[in-house]
Amino acid sequence: MEDWQPNCSIELMRLRAQMLQTIRRFFAEKNVLEVETPLLCSATGTDPNLDFFATEWRMPHMRQTLFLQTSPEFAMKRLLAAGSGSIYQICKAFRNGETGRFHNPEFTMLEWYRVGFDLDQLMAETGELMTALFAGIRPLTATQSISYQDLFQTATGLNPLIFSLPDYTVYAQRCGLADADRVCGGNHADWLDLIFSIRIQPNMTQGVLYMVYGYPACMSSLARINAENPLITDRVELFFDGVELGNGYYELTDAQEQEQRFDREIAERAINNQARVNKDQRLLAALNTGLPDCSGIAIGLDRLLMILSDSPAIANVLSFSIRRA
Amino acid sequence: MATYSTSEFRGGLKIMLDNDPCAIIENEFVKPGKGQAFNRVKIRNLKTGRVIERTFKSGETLESADVVDTDMQYLYNDGEYRHFMKSDTFEQYQADEKAVGDAAKWLKDQDMCTVTLWNDAPLAVTPANFVELEIVETDPGVRGDTSGGGGKPAKLVTGAVVRVPLFVQTGEIIKVDTRTGEYISRVKE
Repeated sequence: MEDWQPNCSIELMRLRAQMLQTIRRFFAEKNVLEVETPLLCSATGTDPNLDFFATEWRMPHMRQTLFLQTSPEFAMKRLLAAGSGSIYQICKAFRNGETGRFHNPEFTMLEWYRVGFDLDQLMAETGELMTALFAGIRPLTATQSISYQDLFQTATGLNPLIFSLPDYTVYAQRCGLADADRVCGGNHADWLDLIFSIRIQPNMTQGVLYMVYGYPACMSSLARINAENPLITDRVELFFDGVELGNGYYELTDAQEQEQRFDREIAERAINNQARVNKDQRLLAALNTGLPDCSGIAIGLDRLLMILSDSPAIANVLSFSIRRA
Repeated sequence: MATYSTSEFRGGLKIMLDNDPCAIIENEFVKPGKGQAFNRVKIRNLKTGRVIERTFKSGETLESADVVDTDMQYLYNDGEYRHFMKSDTFEQYQADEKAVGDAAKWLKDQDMCTVTLWNDAPLAVTPANFVELEIVETDPGVRGDTSGGGGKPAKLVTGAVVRVPLFVQTGEIIKVDTRTGEYISRVKE
C-alpha cells in the first residue's frame, strides 16, 4: 500500500505553516482576536446548495443529531452579538459531496469579522492581507475591484440583475452551452453561476486578485441588500487565476429578514427532497439581541495555497486528501 | 443496462449520449461556494471521433454503453468490408469503411489491431502503435546521405505515405508509429 504517504511535499507543509504565521501576525497587529468555535453543531446552514455531514451524539438515554459545520459563521456571529469585538478564526469546514480538482470535503477556512466595517473597508483590509501573504512567494500583479454587473455585462452582453430567459438561452447556445437550459431551468442564480464559472472565471487575467462586489440580489445568501440599489447585495467574492478564493458580506443584522431567508431555503430544500434541517434558533436569538454592524469574509486556505504554490489540484497541497484520509 | 452518475464519470468510461456511444475523457467538478454544483465533461463521440464539452447537473446519470476494445487479427479486404478475427475464438467480424476510418492505411493482412465493438458490432479500428510495412515507391536517394534532415515521401504497401530519410529505398521494410505517422527505423529482414 503506497497511499499511506502524504499527498503534498514537505516544502508545501512549510509553506502552509508560513501562511498561517503570516495570518496570525497580521491580525495580532490589528488587535483582531483569534477565537475557536465548535466543529460539531446542533444546527447547520439551510442553503440548499450546501450538503453537510451529520453524526450522532450518544449518552445514556440520550441521542442528538450533530452537524459538522459547513462554515463557522453562525457561531462567530453569536460571539459578535455577545460583544467579542472583531474576531478571526482558522478552522476546518466540511461540505459533503464536494470532491474535485478544487474541492475536498474537509478544508481549512480563514474567517474574520470586523465590527464597524462596511464592505469597502473589509475589501481594503483583504487586499492588505493578500499582499502580505503573496509577498516573497508569488507576484501579485494588481488588485482589481469590479462590480459583478460590469464584469458580467462586459463579458457576455447580458444584464445579470434582470433575468431574461430568452436572452440567456440565446447567449448560451451561441457559445456552446446548449446544456444550460436543462441544467438551470428557470433558476436565475443557477444561470448566473454557470455562465460565470464557464465564461468569466477562466478568462480572468492571470496574476490579478479580483474582488467582485455587488452580487445580484438572488444570490444574497447572508449579505445585506444594498442601501441604494435593491437589485444588488453587499457581497464580495475573491478570485485569483480564475479560482474562487473567498466570499464576504456586509452582514445581515435583521433577525426577521434572516428568519425569512431561512424559511425560504427550508421550503426550497423540501421541494428538492433534500435532507431536512432546522433553523439555528440560537443564531436568531443572538440576532434578536443585536449583531453589531459588521462585515465578514471567509477565505479557503487550501485554495490559497494552491495559488501560492501554483499547484494543479487541491490534493497537492493537503497532507492527506479525502481519498487518503 | 447500468447507469453512471456524474461522480462516477472518469476517463475511459463508455456511456450513451444522444443515442451515440461515447467515451469520457475528462470530468471537472465545478461548484461556486454558494451556488449549484455541476460537472463539465469532455466527451469523445466514438462514432464520429469528435470531442465535445457538455455540462451536467451534479448527480445526473447516463446509461453505460456496451463498448469493448478487442484484440483482433486483420484478415482481408473484400472491397466493401474489411474482415477481422478474434484469435482466441476465431469469431469473425466485418467492418465498413466508416468504422475502419484512418486505420485503413496501416492495416496489412495478418497484423494484429484493436477493434472497438459496440453491441458486438465493429465501431472503430485502431492499428497497433507500431507497424512494419514495405516501401513500394520512393525516389532514389543520394548515396551516402545518412543525415536525418529533410527526407522524402515514401509510399507504403498499405497506401500510407510517410516521410523517410533519403537513404531508405523502395523494397525496404520500415517501422512506423501509427499515432503520429512518423518513420522510426529500417527493419532488417
